[in-house]
Formats: sequence, C-alpha cells, structure tokens
Amino acid sequence: MNCKDPFPGIKGLIFDEPLIFNRSESGRNGCSVPDDDLVDFTYSIPDTFLLRDDIPGMPEVCELDMVRHYTRLSQWNYSVDLGMYPLGSCTMKYNPKVNEEIASLDGFAQLHPHTPIHLSQGALQVMYDLARYLTEISGLSAVTLQPSAGAQGELAGMLIIKSFHVNNGDSQRVNVLIPDSAHGTNPASCVLAGLKAVEIKSGPDGRLDPEAIVPYLNESLAGIMMTNPNTLGIFETHADKVADMIHGAGGLVYMDGANLNALMGIVKPADLGVDVQHINLHKTFSTPHGGGGPGSGPVAVSEKLKPFLPIPIIEFDGERYMYQWDRPLSIGRLHGFMGNFAVMLRAYAYIRALGPDGIRSVSEAAILNANYIKEKLRPYYNLPYNDICKHECVLNDEYQAKNSITTMDIAKRLMDYGFHPPTVYFPLIVHGAIMIEPTESESRRNLDQFINAMIRIAQEAEENPDLLKSAPHLPKLTRLDETLAARKLILRWTPDA
Amino acid sequence: MQYIPLTENECRQMLESLGVSSIDDLLSDIPAAKRLKQALNLPVAMSEQNLARFMKRLASFDTPHDSIPCFMGAGSYRHFVPAAVRAMAARSEFVTAYTPYQPEISQGSLQAMFEYQTMMTQLTGMQVSNASMYDGAMATAEAALLAVRAKRCQTVMVSRALNPSYRTVLDTYTSNLDVTITELPVNSKGQTDLTPLLSLDAKNIAGVMIQSPNMLGVIEDLESIGRQLKQLKILFVVVVTEAMSLAILKAPGHCGADIVCGEGQSLGLPVNFGGPYLGFFTVTDELMRRMPGRVVGLTQDTEGRCGFVNTLSTREQHIRRDKATSNICTNQALCAITSAMYMTAMGQRGLRNVALMNMKKAAYLKSKLETVSGVSIPFDGPAFNELTVVLPASLDSFQKALAEHGIIGGYDLRCSWPELGQAMLLCVTETNTREDIDRFTVVLSEWIQEVRG
Repeated sequence: MNCKDPFPGIKGLIFDEPLIFNRSESGRNGCSVPDDDLVDFTYSIPDTFLLRDDIPGMPEVCELDMVRHYTRLSQWNYSVDLGMYPLGSCTMKYNPKVNEEIASLDGFAQLHPHTPIHLSQGALQVMYDLARYLTEISGLSAVTLQPSAGAQGELAGMLIIKSFHVNNGDSQRVNVLIPDSAHGTNPASCVLAGLKAVEIKSGPDGRLDPEAIVPYLNESLAGIMMTNPNTLGIFETHADKVADMIHGAGGLVYMDGANLNALMGIVKPADLGVDVQHINLHKTFSTPHGGGGPGSGPVAVSEKLKPFLPIPIIEFDGERYMYQWDRPLSIGRLHGFMGNFAVMLRAYAYIRALGPDGIRSVSEAAILNANYIKEKLRPYYNLPYNDICKHECVLNDEYQAKNSITTMDIAKRLMDYGFHPPTVYFPLIVHGAIMIEPTESESRRNLDQFINAMIRIAQEAEENPDLLKSAPHLPKLTRLDETLAARKLILRWTPDA
Repeated sequence: MQYIPLTENECRQMLESLGVSSIDDLLSDIPAAKRLKQALNLPVAMSEQNLARFMKRLASFDTPHDSIPCFMGAGSYRHFVPAAVRAMAARSEFVTAYTPYQPEISQGSLQAMFEYQTMMTQLTGMQVSNASMYDGAMATAEAALLAVRAKRCQTVMVSRALNPSYRTVLDTYTSNLDVTITELPVNSKGQTDLTPLLSLDAKNIAGVMIQSPNMLGVIEDLESIGRQLKQLKILFVVVVTEAMSLAILKAPGHCGADIVCGEGQSLGLPVNFGGPYLGFFTVTDELMRRMPGRVVGLTQDTEGRCGFVNTLSTREQHIRRDKATSNICTNQALCAITSAMYMTAMGQRGLRNVALMNMKKAAYLKSKLETVSGVSIPFDGPAFNELTVVLPASLDSFQKALAEHGIIGGYDLRCSWPELGQAMLLCVTETNTREDIDRFTVVLSEWIQEVRG
C-alpha cells in the first residue's frame, strides 16, 4: 500500500436515496410563493374548462428534502472536479470557477434576449468579440455562434454547403465523403441537410488516403467532412492535399472541430484548405459539460460562404453593436434566440484569461500529455496505429483477449482505482478501442497515477481476470444491465410501480 | 498559466522519456509550411482579478430585466427562482460531469434525469419524455420531422400563431428535406382556425402543430382541436413556449396530443440572453421508438439493485449513423436537471400558485389597459401571461417614451403580424409588481395624449 500517494478510488460513505416521488407527502409545502400584491383585485377566469385541477405525481417536499435529495444524488456522480476524466474526443478539461461567476452576473444571466440593443451592448460585444477570436483561431472569415452543440454546428455547416451549391446551380452535388473513423453525428447531420453520406475507408496508417477519394471527384461531389486530428488522435497529414483535390472537383471541405484542442496556435484549419468548421466550446474552450449539455457549437466559414450564415449576425459600426437581419442567402435560423449565450460567455472568459501564448500552450501540453500516456502504456496495451499522436491516443484490448478480458472490463476496473474510463469501442475502425484524452489540465502526477492504474489492471488481467470481469467493485452500483433496460422499458416513475 | 499544471522541468523530463527534444518534434506530422510562425492575434492574457473586473464592466453595459420594469416575453419568461435551485444546480458534480456513458459512476445525473422525464410527463400529460433537446424551437422542428416519419407523408400544417423564430427554425430544418409546411390562419378570437384543413385530404397531412398559449398570447382550445384531428387521424403536435402555463392549463396530453414539445426555460432557468434553455420533448407510447434524443431508463445491477442507464440508443446517431432518428448528441442535460430541481422546490402547489398569479397579473394588466382610450386589445380569447395590444400611433415612438421612463416594453409584433398595425405583445409574470403595471399604464396614457396633441 502506497500511503503517500494512494489511488483515489476507495470506499466511502455513500447515502442511498429514493426517487424524489417517494419523499413526497401530500400537502407538504416546500416553496415560498411570491407575495400577491393584487389581493383586492378580483377577476374571473374566463374559461374554467381550460384549467386542470392538479398535477398528479408532482412531488411535494420541503426545501431541506430537496437539498438533501440532490446533494446525495450529486455524490454518485464522477466529475472533472473529482478526478481525471480521460474520455477521448470529449476534452474533459478543467472548467475554471471564475467563468461560472461571470456567467451568473446579473447583466448577463438576467438579460432578456429581446432587450433593445441600446440596453444590451455588453452581451452583444461579448458575442461579437468571441466570434472574432474564433475567426482568428480557425483562420476563417466569419463565425456564427448560434448552434447549440457540435452536431447542430455540423448541420449548420452542411446546410451552408448545400445552399452554396444550390446557389451555384449545382443542386446535383449531394455526396459528402466521410471517413469511417468519423463520429456518428457526421453522417446523421449530412442526411438532415438533404445530402448523402459516402463512407471512405481509412488507410493502413489510420489516415485518410488521398487515393481513396479519387473515384468520388465528380459532378456529384458536395464536399468532405474530416475530423482533424482524426478520432485516432492522428493528424491528417494529407489534409491540405485532400482539400486541393476536393476544391479541384468543385467540392467544399468541412472540418469537424471536436479535436481542435490539438491545433490552437499551432496550425489554422483555414491554412489546411478548410472552408467550414464547427468548434465545440464545451470541449476546447473549457465550458462545463453539465452531464451531457448544454454545449455550444459555433461554425466558422470562409469568405465565400459568409452570405449563407444563419441570421441574425452581429455587426459593429465603430460605436454600437447591432443585429443584421437582411441576408437573403442565409440558411435561416437554428435557435429561437442567439444560441447558448451563457456558454459563450465562459469560452470568451477562457480566451481572455489565456491570451495567445496560453492558448498555444494548451494545445502543446495536451499533445505532450497524450504522447506520454501512449508511450508509457504501449508495453502493456496494444497500439493499433503506432505513430506520434496529437491530443489523444487509441489503444485496444488485443493483449488481454487471451484471458477473455475485454475493453469494457478494463474500463469498469478503472473506476475502482478512482478514474473515469476512457472512451471505449470508438472509433469503430479499432476493435475494442480505448481512446484516451488526458487534456492539458492533468499534472504529471495525475498522469503517472492513471498510467500506474492501467498497468496494474494489465497485470490483474493476467493474474486475476475475474477481478476485472466483475468490476467495478467500489461504486454505488455494480455493472448495470443495459439489455434489460432496453427490453423492459421503464422511462418514468408511476405511483403504482 | 493557472490552467496548465506542467512545470518546465516536468515538460523536459516527459519529452526526454519520449525520446524527443522539444514539443516541435511531436508536431512533425503537421506540414512545416502550414505551421504558424507567429502568435495568434488575440488580446494578451488577463489575471483573474482583471478578468473579473473587465467582465463586470461589460455586464454593466446591459440592463437586467429585474433592475427596471420589464414587459418582455415572447419565448423567454421572467420567473422567480428559489435560491436552493441555483445552489443545487451549481454543484460541480452535476456541472463538470460528461454524458453518462459509464452509468455506474453517473447515477446522480441519471436518476435526476429519470425524475425530470417523469415530471415532464406529469406536466404535459404524456407517456414518454426524452432527456432534452437544445431549445423549444429546435424541439418543434424535430417534432415536425417525427410526424413526417411516423405518418410517411410530407405535409405538416402549422398555426400562423407559432412563434416566428420557431417557424424560421422549422423552415431551416426542413428546407432540404421532402417536407411541406403550410399555414393555418387565426380567427377573430386569436385562435387557430382549422377550417382550411377540412377541405384537404387528411391522408396527405402528417401533423398539425399548434402553439398554446400562442404567439398572440391566446390559449388555444386544445380539446376541440384534438377531437377533430383524432377523427381525421392526423398527428396533433402541441408546442408550448411558456412551460409555466402547463401548471394551470389542461394538460395537452389529456386533449389528444401525440407530441407535446417546446421550451422549458420558465422552469428554473434564467433568461440568459436567450440560452442555454431547455427543449422538452414528450410523446405517446406509440411514438416512443421514433423519438429523437437521449432517454434514461430503469434497470438493475448484477446484484439486483435498481439503477439507471441511457437506453433506446439504437435510434441514435452513434449506432445508426445516417439512419438515426436525429443527429443530436450533446443535449441540455444540466438545464433539464435544473428544471427538475425547480419543479421539486416549487412542488405541485407552488407551481400552480405561481401559474395562477401569472394569469391574475395578465388579467389586471388587461383591466388597466381597457381604461386607456385609444388602445385596443384585438383578441378576446383567454390569456395566460401575455396580451396583444394595438396602439393608436407608431410603436417606435412609444418604445422611445418607455425608454425615457426606464421601462422595457413588449415584443414588437409588426414584423410577423403587419396586418395588426402598431401591435405589441406584453408579458407579465409574478416578477412584475402592481406598481410596474400601473406605471406602464400611466406612461401609455400620457404618450397617447401627447401623440394625439
């Protein structure tokens, strides 16, 4: 036992907690309803048939019940603030606390989206400037902040590409080339924009082989969707050549910016021939993931695609920030208002805190950390694509297979050591993929601790495989039956259950 | 740099262990000609103290709605949120977690989401809720796509009184798909008129989408619409932009709705200059497997204990790729959980009382406006917390008068409803005091006197 620096995973005091509905007591009041300053005003509700009597099942608890309930639930969650969260392609970096304070300032949080522009200049400036910073980082010409997440950014990008071709009289251009290592959102977004996803097989080195796209360089080509670095964490070395080929055939290049954390200040996507890219503020720019959202997926475009951006855009005339609605070629809107503003605020603050050198250091440290993990784990886990990596690396369970140990077993066992598992079984082109993204936030001590846990698990796989198969042992619950959940669907609580 | 822990010494040692001499060696796969030679053109780094000061200054250029009388609604609603909700929603275990891909160590988010789903079905009277969409507008677009998928026909009819931003998002989402959107007009009460539908062949119509309370502030007669659509076998989609209304109005699910979706911002989220909000999406059991988005289900662990997991994932993009029911991945999980916290804090009676108070304030506003000569209230349909008013002179001039008195007025309806003239949609909630409303009325009367000379 290492007393100086043990693994964080250890059994603790965990409280059980029922569903909130089981804490409810009819007639209990938990809230302070605002005062009625119209006591003497009598009115008749015109159509009582429009009204309901009660909301059956809605909980009735006191404030302390509510606070204990959610405090206990929160303690069953793993989180970045609790420990290392090396989920590949998710960029689980530290979420600075000052950004939370900034987002809760009254001038932002209590600002109504329809507030007249002369009373919302601060918020408009934040959006205007954030768009400019993202323009600089991507090297592209203009940015929309409207998309609420990466997938909606992809949709925006695909709609822009579609509109560009249609506007050129090229509505037959529907094919979008997508490498087989891509995120599932890529083909799904493509189809939603009325385009067709064409899967391209990755080359033997895990990269996109320019030869592979040659058959598709024709009148039906709309463009390509590339993730760079790709989901293997490998830089697409031929990206600029591929872009030239696509452009030569009249297509456009979309970059999925999920992995932008590897490139900031090192290379601008526009210099690699990218025409459109989305950026995940909730990955690269440190905004928290909130257990699955909200995110924000701004889209940057080149000069010729600017007219197609969603409306409105924000302009500055040297004195005032204002909305510009008159954009006849715009794809329209993706959000009821301007997008996830409070997420943008955090990203804005992050960029201002780091400055140009800090931004570059982020990417460099992320790359160093990922390569360090990769090299340290290589003797113990198979590395299907042996190359320098960028911000993440992909291993698999090939060495452990002889003991019937799978990637899932390794992942679950990591929980016992106090780490969140890496992304598993993705990308699909690697059998049993273990995709590790440490981010720049982790210190060398944390990396070493994670590496030691992984090495220990590789040893356990040899010596005591059952320990892995029955993992996790320390969390509140053991392995959960996902098949049962899908077969016997229970998606809400009911009083008789 | 406070966010990057590596020391120079550690850096050097790590590079050594990799057998390279500098970070640049790890970048050798990026064509040298493309690598940046100079620093990004971004403002220089700021200390935390300066950053906080700077951001406070920017925030001071804005006017928060609670600092002056404000009558703005139209898709974003000002409601009181108890401190306990903010405190719980700010717990970093919820805030800094990812999507619960590993359920054993994500039970907090998962159980809270299961409770959210349950509460949304209670509020809407529907059977199934997903774990959230981006916002009300996008949820509405996805509802149209679901109707088209489920009915295998292309036409969706949409009330003219749908929020115009929602309509634009709907048009954007369907612009390149085989979907036709047609509009249903509004009658003199301000409610959607189904008459044009009756002359069409119902077999060709996938769904009808009705917002209630609608963009003119009028509550729709969902029961009657539901009855008619059921006979015609057309899917009934109810869009709710003001979720607080669900606490007092008859549940759409009990009026024959097949999909109830919309905006949940009213349930505990600040107005946030437009986002992040909460797209909610609820359906009947029949439509469950065609529903977009994540959903949490109950299951057991290996020892038979209850637990929660993401389920029905075979509908989703990470499995089905180009054949998925939607491209959504990241959603608005924390917003959904926050709204569950809000509903828990308010409870059944709290929600109902606040909703009633909204109705009462709107009734009071209406009674005051009726005393102002020259102002007309064009629709006499029932209202929740919004009201359309038509002014006798230019709305721009009235907005100017309001600004001079430090009041934020209502939503300008002229763009989407030019035929109404100088029309404005006013919103009052529990955050508006009687004094606010009285003052607004006084400013309005004085302005009318002035413009009438």
